[in-house]
Amino acid sequence: MSIIEVNDLTRMFGSFTAVDHISFSVEAGEILGFLGANGAGKTTAMRMLTGLLEPTSGEATVSGFDVYTQPEKIKQTIGYMSQRFSLYEDLTVAENIRFYGGIYGLSRRAIKEKTTALLARLDLSHARDLRIAALPLGWRQKLAFSVALLHDPRVLFLDEPTGGVDPITRRQFWDLIYETAGRGITVFVTTHYMDEAEYCDRVSIMVDGKIEALGTPAALKTQFAAASMDEVFVRLARA
Amino acid sequence: MKTFQGFVTKEFLHIFRDRRTLLILFGMPIIQLILFGFAIRNELNDVQVAVLDLSHDHVTQALTGELLHSPYFEGAAVLHSEQDIEAAFQRGAIKEAILFEPRFAQRLHRDGTAQVMLITDATDPNSAQTMVAYTSSILRDYQTRTFGTGSGVRIVPEVQMRFNPELKSVVLFVPGLIALILMLVCALMTSITITREKERGTMEILLVSPLRPLQIIIGKVLPYVLLSFINVVTILVLARFVFGVPVRGNLVLLLAECLLFIVCALAFGIFISTRAETQQTATMISLAGLLLPTVILSGFIFPIASMPLPLQYLSHIVPAKWFLIVVRGIMLKGVGLEYLWQETLILVGITLLLLVASLRNFNERLE
Repeated sequence: MSIIEVNDLTRMFGSFTAVDHISFSVEAGEILGFLGANGAGKTTAMRMLTGLLEPTSGEATVSGFDVYTQPEKIKQTIGYMSQRFSLYEDLTVAENIRFYGGIYGLSRRAIKEKTTALLARLDLSHARDLRIAALPLGWRQKLAFSVALLHDPRVLFLDEPTGGVDPITRRQFWDLIYETAGRGITVFVTTHYMDEAEYCDRVSIMVDGKIEALGTPAALKTQFAAASMDEVFVRLARA
Repeated sequence: MKTFQGFVTKEFLHIFRDRRTLLILFGMPIIQLILFGFAIRNELNDVQVAVLDLSHDHVTQALTGELLHSPYFEGAAVLHSEQDIEAAFQRGAIKEAILFEPRFAQRLHRDGTAQVMLITDATDPNSAQTMVAYTSSILRDYQTRTFGTGSGVRIVPEVQMRFNPELKSVVLFVPGLIALILMLVCALMTSITITREKERGTMEILLVSPLRPLQIIIGKVLPYVLLSFINVVTILVLARFVFGVPVRGNLVLLLAECLLFIVCALAFGIFISTRAETQQTATMISLAGLLLPTVILSGFIFPIASMPLPLQYLSHIVPAKWFLIVVRGIMLKGVGLEYLWQETLILVGITLLLLVASLRNFNERLE
């Protein structure tokens, strides 16, 4: 069974259909790029899959749990990071890690071990007791990413994680994403950067609440006879 | 000059587009003028009084009539004996009791003097003094009209200030300050701390975590309950040992009522934060919506009975008004829950209403 299974999922707001009968599935360890213009329904779809929003109709399961009846179970198995910084600026690096570990119910010892390991991996051991506000943007982002993985989720949702970041940091950030997917964790990422779309295993493009294209970047380029993902996107969004 | 003109035009556009700023710009002066203009009165109207007439003669009946028909006083209780006076004060039914001594008219004619005792609730010393002055002047008027000046006949008022014989104004201010400080600290701080999570985007993270909305809210306000409680204790200790304000009633009951008011103020803060998106908005709503009513419409400084009726009705929804009655009752009058259960229930009701409304708002936001 796939890690994310979506079937005819629909969400209405009054008479407006934000998400219109979308269906797809994502496998363990896959990186799915979730693309679409602003207002196309990406965020609404993501909120339903993260258990924040109840669908109007259709079916969806995340890590085998139903979005209608088991949102609390889903929350336990997913990680989430958004473009806006998810770390507390007035707390230190270690305090932030302890807080997130705490709300996911990790034991004190596990948190301690994971903190040391995480800081060593990111080469941030010296910054352990620095406040987040004192860290450069790129570091904060990597840290936020790692903190979102602290409780070993099976799916990681990234909502425009690289907005406002320089190209080099973005590239490094994608290295982290690859490494994560390599460990068998599914990555569900929304982005507006078309070069990033090329890095994904598969890409879905939403237009007006519907998924208009879904496939590997290479397949989509062939299907739409385009030279780049940028061209694919513009062609679909204009239609 | 042209460039400057364009700049000023843009500034005007900002102001007109932002309805909140407009509301504050034009609404605040009007609200303040009305509130201050009507609420701040040092003169008193319709003070609740009760007359205990131990003489029942033509003079005391004439005097009772004059007192109760004046615009300053209204009869609020019927007293049968001196024991009734204490009870009426404790219930908060009356602010002043007027006691005519037995054989009043007889003494007045035979001895040329007769005594009337004016007992006032001096928890508000300014009002108490004004009440005494009004009563005395009505008595004096009657005396002059009936017996003329220089007749040697004198009605002698003897004044007793109940609950606060030294007329310390600090006694009046301490309960009010507790209400004000708690309202500000609790409501303002909670509303800011919750909206800060929204502004920084950390609220999203909390919502997708296994924490439940109710846990998030309770977790956010719990530290403030504790800190505010320390505040209360500090104020009470200062009031007691620096200013000599007594706690005549049950200390445990007083602290419990303070805790109730803290929760009520926190509920206000939560309610505001479910509505406001930014810390700035939350601050503005807290200050404009809570500070002014708490100061003006709670009876903290200005007696509610003297306000125009619409403002009196408005004061019913100000939690601080009920809290003040409770705190003054416990601290100064030494009464217990048997006299204060209604006010306590009202506070509980307001708190529950706010909590239910905020939780509904909070859940709707997730939809």
